[in-house]
Amino acid sequence: MLRFVIKRLILAIPTLWAVLTTVFVLVRVVPGDPTIAILGDQASEGARAELRDKLGLSKPILAQYVDFMSQILTGDLGRSLSTNRPIADDVLAVLPYTIELTLAALVVGTVLGVPLGVLAAKNRNGFADWFARIFSLAGVSFPAFVSGILLLLVFAVELRWFPVISSANAADPVERLRALVLPALNLGLLMVAYVTRVTRSGMLKALSEDYVRTARAKGLPYRTVVWRHAFRNVLVPIVTVVGLYLGVLIGNAVLTEIVFNRPGIGKLIVTALNQRDYSLLQGLMVVSAFAIVLANILTDLTYGLVDPRVKTQ
Amino acid sequence: MTAALRDDFIPDAEPPALVVDELTTQIRVGRTWYDAVRGISFAVRPRETLALVGESGCGKSLTALSVMGLLPAGVGRVSGGRIVVDGVDMTAADEPTRESMRGDRIGMIFQEPMTSLNPVLPIGFQVAESLIQHRGLSKKAALNRARELLELVRVPAAASRLDAYPHQFSGGMRQRVMIALALACDPKVLIADEPTTALDVTIQAQVLALMADVQKREGLALLLITHNLGVVASVADRVMVMYGGDVVESGPVRAFFARPSHPYSEALLAAMPRIDGDTPLQPIAGQVPTLTQMPTGCRFATRCALRHDRCAELPPLTPVGDDPNHLVRCWARMSP
Ligand SMILES: Nc1ncnc2c1ncn2[C@@H]1O[C@H](COP(=O)(O)OP(=O)(O)OP(=O)(O)O)[C@@H](O)[C@H]1O
Ligand SMILES: [Mg+2]
Repeated sequence: MLRFVIKRLILAIPTLWAVLTTVFVLVRVVPGDPTIAILGDQASEGARAELRDKLGLSKPILAQYVDFMSQILTGDLGRSLSTNRPIADDVLAVLPYTIELTLAALVVGTVLGVPLGVLAAKNRNGFADWFARIFSLAGVSFPAFVSGILLLLVFAVELRWFPVISSANAADPVERLRALVLPALNLGLLMVAYVTRVTRSGMLKALSEDYVRTARAKGLPYRTVVWRHAFRNVLVPIVTVVGLYLGVLIGNAVLTEIVFNRPGIGKLIVTALNQRDYSLLQGLMVVSAFAIVLANILTDLTYGLVDPRVKTQ
Repeated sequence: MTAALRDDFIPDAEPPALVVDELTTQIRVGRTWYDAVRGISFAVRPRETLALVGESGCGKSLTALSVMGLLPAGVGRVSGGRIVVDGVDMTAADEPTRESMRGDRIGMIFQEPMTSLNPVLPIGFQVAESLIQHRGLSKKAALNRARELLELVRVPAAASRLDAYPHQFSGGMRQRVMIALALACDPKVLIADEPTTALDVTIQAQVLALMADVQKREGLALLLITHNLGVVASVADRVMVMYGGDVVESGPVRAFFARPSHPYSEALLAAMPRIDGDTPLQPIAGQVPTLTQMPTGCRFATRCALRHDRCAELPPLTPVGDDPNHLVRCWARMSP
């Protein structure tokens, strides 16, 4: 297992390098002069040259690339153009909120999606199955901002169960949890839809496999057959969709944070866009890229846990 | 039970471990249920091997699955007859009772060793599982017994392979594991559905010899499904030939090979490869009618050289030749 972990971590290096290079190139090929974007088109040539120096844009492109890479390797994301604070500090300050939201959504998606999918497959064409199918269709068709506003209207404005204005950074843990419920549901429901679908189709396939017949021939109770024998085999596709979706969640968290007015990477991105804070934006892209690569590594490591064929190959 | 025991040939023998009496199994095609197994009867005593032979699609597996109570839900059902395993009427029993019989007093080995084991569970646990379920053994004790069972079926280095997974085993080894798994709780009845068809020729003989050996040692009643008449000749005591869901001929192996009497049995024997008996049977001219197009009387009539008017009516199983237990279902071959 340890060798598998190390192998996977080494494999992540080229991926990260490629992603970082893409960010570097992307920021530089976007049309328009960044100094005009930042200072406006009325800025003097001198001011623009000064800014270019400050940004390191006057150096040859290769030198810029070396600077960029070595900075990131030392954990330095540069300074914000608008506030002049270290970007790493700003990101670290709000990152826990985004992680908290993403993980809560992951829990919602898995805890609701997996049993619903299993139930649907067990009672194929029954009530649970129809419910699961309609629900997951609705789930994938709703944009996050629409469902977010609906949730707010129903549970916060009408029923008043949860706060409308988020107090995600409240010191009181109960208050903090209450503020997390609606955003996590909003982000998680979309995932419930995907997880339910994958679980349902995986279970339908697994339940018709020969090894399930063997398990039944052993005289095991049906519940044991379903969970121990069929479900274990569906863990691989479930981990795949959860892992893939973790990347989508990180992106969707942005929308949800904005709708629910929560601190987090999402709000920071909006700030960066409004301020035309080009270096902050680049830093945020790097952080998101790291997060997604990390999510993929975790997914692959989980494969090793749920599928014996992966680690013994 | 009368029909099932008509082919008694050992006087004062132990009572049969498995009795199947007038079993009819139906398959649903669209909205209609068709008889895929039509009123078949047989009994298997401890230490005895009954071979069930016939072309693909004649209802062998359905018979086995009916006995196990494992017909595909919504597609197959037992619509008549009785199945008695070790004195327990499975057809009258509720599902919990059947669950407690399966894997404990009746075990089954399937045709496909490559897919019949769970890929994500360790071999040792898969063998041990029914001991934990039916015997209430602790996991440790059950694994210990699993190791003994794997040694019994001659899996090399069994102790160190309890934690291995199916993908680390060859087809032949997996089928040995399946045998160990089916034998875990010392069942009275073992059903083996073409246990060697998917294996290499050399491995086939080994696995069969192993099964025969274990069967004699444990005193099992074995229902062996095969379409290899060479296998029948070498390991079975009695044979039952099925065609289109009917038993068309049955009897002691010696009597059967001495005087195969049903035109279908003759065709099977004629199509049998001579020397090694390992290659699959040559197809017999014509095709098995599909379930929806079965003739009402003798189902072999559409392919039979001896066909005449009476074949529109199903002939009864009647004794033929010298052995009173040798029965055939054919108007043309009934002793006058
Ligand atoms: N799950 C199923 N769905 C539909 N039809 C089935 C099903 N299982 C069996 N049948 C039909 O029932 C008949 C008997 O099938 P069965 O599996 O018992 O044949 P078999 O004698 O075991 O053949 P083989 O030698 O190929 O294993 C066939 O006509 C088959 O098409
Ligand atoms: Mg079959």
